[in-house]
Amino acid sequence: MSQIETFYEVMRRQGITRRSFMKYCSLTAAALGLGPSFVPKIAHAMETKPRTPVIWIHGLECTCCSESFIRSAHPLAKDVVLSMISLDYDDTLMAAAGHAAEAALQDTIEKYKGNYILAVEGNPPLNEDGMYCIIGGKPFVEQLRHAAEHAKAIISWGACASYGCVQAAAPNPTRATPVHKVILDKPIIKVPGCPPIAEVMTGVITYMLTFDRMPTLDRQGRPAMFYSQRIHDKCYRRPHFDAGQFVETWDDEGARKGFCLYKMGCKGPTTYNACSTVRWNEGVSFPIQSGHGCIGCSEDGFWDQGSFYDRLTNIKQFGVEANADQVGMAAAGVVGGAVAVHAAVSALKRAQKKTQDKVEG
Amino acid sequence: MTKDSHALDIEGLPVNRQTSVYVYEAPVRIWHWVNAAAILVLCVTGYFIGSPPPSVGQHEAYNQFIFGYIRFAHFAAGMILTVGFLGRAYWAVIGNHHARQLFYLPVWDGHWWREVLFEIRWYLFLEREPKKYVGHNPLAQLAMFFFITLGVGFMIVTGLALYAEGAGQGSIFDDLFGWVIALVGNTQRLHTLHHLGMWWILIFMIVHIYVAIREDIMSRQSIVSTMISGHRTFKDDRPD
Repeated sequence: MSQIETFYEVMRRQGITRRSFMKYCSLTAAALGLGPSFVPKIAHAMETKPRTPVIWIHGLECTCCSESFIRSAHPLAKDVVLSMISLDYDDTLMAAAGHAAEAALQDTIEKYKGNYILAVEGNPPLNEDGMYCIIGGKPFVEQLRHAAEHAKAIISWGACASYGCVQAAAPNPTRATPVHKVILDKPIIKVPGCPPIAEVMTGVITYMLTFDRMPTLDRQGRPAMFYSQRIHDKCYRRPHFDAGQFVETWDDEGARKGFCLYKMGCKGPTTYNACSTVRWNEGVSFPIQSGHGCIGCSEDGFWDQGSFYDRLTNIKQFGVEANADQVGMAAAGVVGGAVAVHAAVSALKRAQKKTQDKVEG
Repeated sequence: MTKDSHALDIEGLPVNRQTSVYVYEAPVRIWHWVNAAAILVLCVTGYFIGSPPPSVGQHEAYNQFIFGYIRFAHFAAGMILTVGFLGRAYWAVIGNHHARQLFYLPVWDGHWWREVLFEIRWYLFLEREPKKYVGHNPLAQLAMFFFITLGVGFMIVTGLALYAEGAGQGSIFDDLFGWVIALVGNTQRLHTLHHLGMWWILIFMIVHIYVAIREDIMSRQSIVSTMISGHRTFKDDRPD
């Protein structure tokens, strides 16, 4: 393994200065929530450790995860981590194509058996033996199983790989299935989002490459450092929520003043992600800041939770689209009506019985 | 003879005249009314949390805390409901046997099922005269179990799981109820289920209040006053 370059060597080969390298280390430490004392540790790890090979495969997806990744605000993350990945296998970004690409995948698997990280973007459809997604002449699910067999760990990029996303939305005709339901015997890190934030993606990879272990995961298998809080918990519009100041329509005074978007269906209170802290496009903004509610794209089954503009989810089991209030009010109406009728009949019966008792008595 | 929902009651009661029996002990009665108040607060504030009232004030946000107070009232009432429920469960263990009726159904008891059927017939106007019961009648016990014991239990578990979201990972609420969040995946679903639960309990409220008043008038025993004084009185001395 000694012939494998270290991260630092790869970076220097990319023309990155020592100064920029140290900046990258401190930025990464900050992004991971580590103290300044970890900066030299990250630097040391990157200088001495052979880089961890990464294979990046693509199933049913829209490539938004890759698009997000290459726009990471850390200049070095996109230059270095990405170039390191493309050295191995990424059918979207690598130079090779066709048989050469497939050969590169096979080479990487053989060469780094049990040592590489498998990054999965998208998910395998299982219906029709996986024929809805063909990679290199074979169903994607076969490539996934093959590549996963000798992987050290798997990263599920985005909502597709983590939860299924739009292709798994009801009725899910291709039976698109998230990675953790297909690969059962490997540690899997879910990095949900549609797409995930670029800095979150590079942060997770850097953590694993640097410390050679999985980040702490929450109950749903997401890195706790980025997914342990809701958008709502760190939202800068939260004071308006607590004050009871809401945007009522898109063009009202509240919208102009930047009130809370809760009534416009913002899913921030049920969405675990780092958007309200890390933000997007080099920290410029995030959906709520630009005046639109969160759509909850990093949550399980977010396509099936009704309109993006309603707080109350549609309940499709009732045949017609209804929300909890409509269902409840209908049921309460029926029961209330039944009670009224029952009360009326009771009164009649009682009157009748009294009359009878009088006659009998 | 007076009867509870199962035959055990017959023992130890005088055979002839029975005008008043002490049924609901003080903790049960206090729980009932505290619970009722908490549920009322929870329904109103909970509805507003799902569908907030119109925005008020165009001032700076730090000048007011309206939605915060609504949510505080909801959480406070929820905590009272939870503690009350636990206290009530404890009283079921150490209280009299009427206090236990809420927490189990004697589904193995054929006699109990026949009484359920009788009560259904009574409510369908197929029986001319109702029976006497010291505690809950079997149909009431059935309703209490599904609406209050299971219904409120469900609301406590889902409610505390939603509370755990705000309390944050690592909090005691998250340690105890975070598994519910993992179970449903997306907490938007948990909100919907919790919301449906409110309507489930609201339906119980309608039926419960109606039936209590109706039985107070039409049955042969006291109902409403029993939950205040604790004593069940009977309107006649005829058996059963």
